Amino acid sequence: MAFRSAVITFPGSNCDRDMAVALEHVSGTPALRVWHGDSALPEGLDFIAVPGGFSYGDYLRCGAIASRSPVMRAVIEQAERGVPVLGVCNGFQVLTESGLLPGALMRNAQLNFTCRDVPLRVENSQSLFTSGFEAGQEISLPVAHHDGNYFADEETLDRLEGEGRVAFRYLEAINGSQRGIAGVLNQAGNVLGMMPHPERAIEDVLGGSDGYTLFESAVKSLAEA
Amino acid sequence: MKVQIHVSLKPGVLDPQGRAIHHALDGLGFSGINDVRAGRLIELDVDENVTDEALDEMCRKLLANMVIENYRIERA
Repeated sequence: MAFRSAVITFPGSNCDRDMAVALEHVSGTPALRVWHGDSALPEGLDFIAVPGGFSYGDYLRCGAIASRSPVMRAVIEQAERGVPVLGVCNGFQVLTESGLLPGALMRNAQLNFTCRDVPLRVENSQSLFTSGFEAGQEISLPVAHHDGNYFADEETLDRLEGEGRVAFRYLEAINGSQRGIAGVLNQAGNVLGMMPHPERAIEDVLGGSDGYTLFESAVKSLAEA
Repeated sequence: MKVQIHVSLKPGVLDPQGRAIHHALDGLGFSGINDVRAGRLIELDVDENVTDEALDEMCRKLLANMVIENYRIERA
């Protein structure tokens, strides 16, 4: 069965094409492209990706305006029905701003834009996005962000840890994130937000293929479902 | 009428921008600065009949991120 995925594009998104290429590369089916002003998503989606970039120029707060756009209402509805949603970088910011994921992403503690490969540990290998990894596996993915400093109150952080909702953790302090959190899952496990870019690491000639494993996990888990 | 919305980081939330400003002020030779917190001022021009409740909702729904920020509404 064809893997039916959609990539949302906001004004200022710039990783949408990479995301679509990655989804097609891994699943063999071209991803549908959806414009932010659309109020409906294509029918019968298996996977929704909210890509990185600088939606609305990061005005007000990163992801704030995009999270209130018409298409996000449809994304939230689909997420609540259990459709897998992946938000990367600015997409992660959009998902926290929309309330699909807890916490907020603040300016990097050292104030620099950080653009490099970073080592990560897979903390939860049971999710539909991470089942192709071993628990505790160390992987490498590129980051490129100015506002990736994950913040949530202590109670929320304890809950996330207790429920196994920290998907990835930085192995180096790169942006000041609370407890080194690089990616979090929602309670149902069908929404993942992460600052590192899996779509930029889908084959070794691009510097690594750990991102491939993430998309492959999602494609496989849907095929098995 | 003019309305000013003051958005500030909640106490206890680390403010990297405030810290950088603090550092720069120290570098300029100003002394006696204990802390710096950076916030945001949003000015709205609204009809007289826009209620306090509506302004409050605007803040909670968009203008402030309630996870990390507080807001204060001031009618001019």
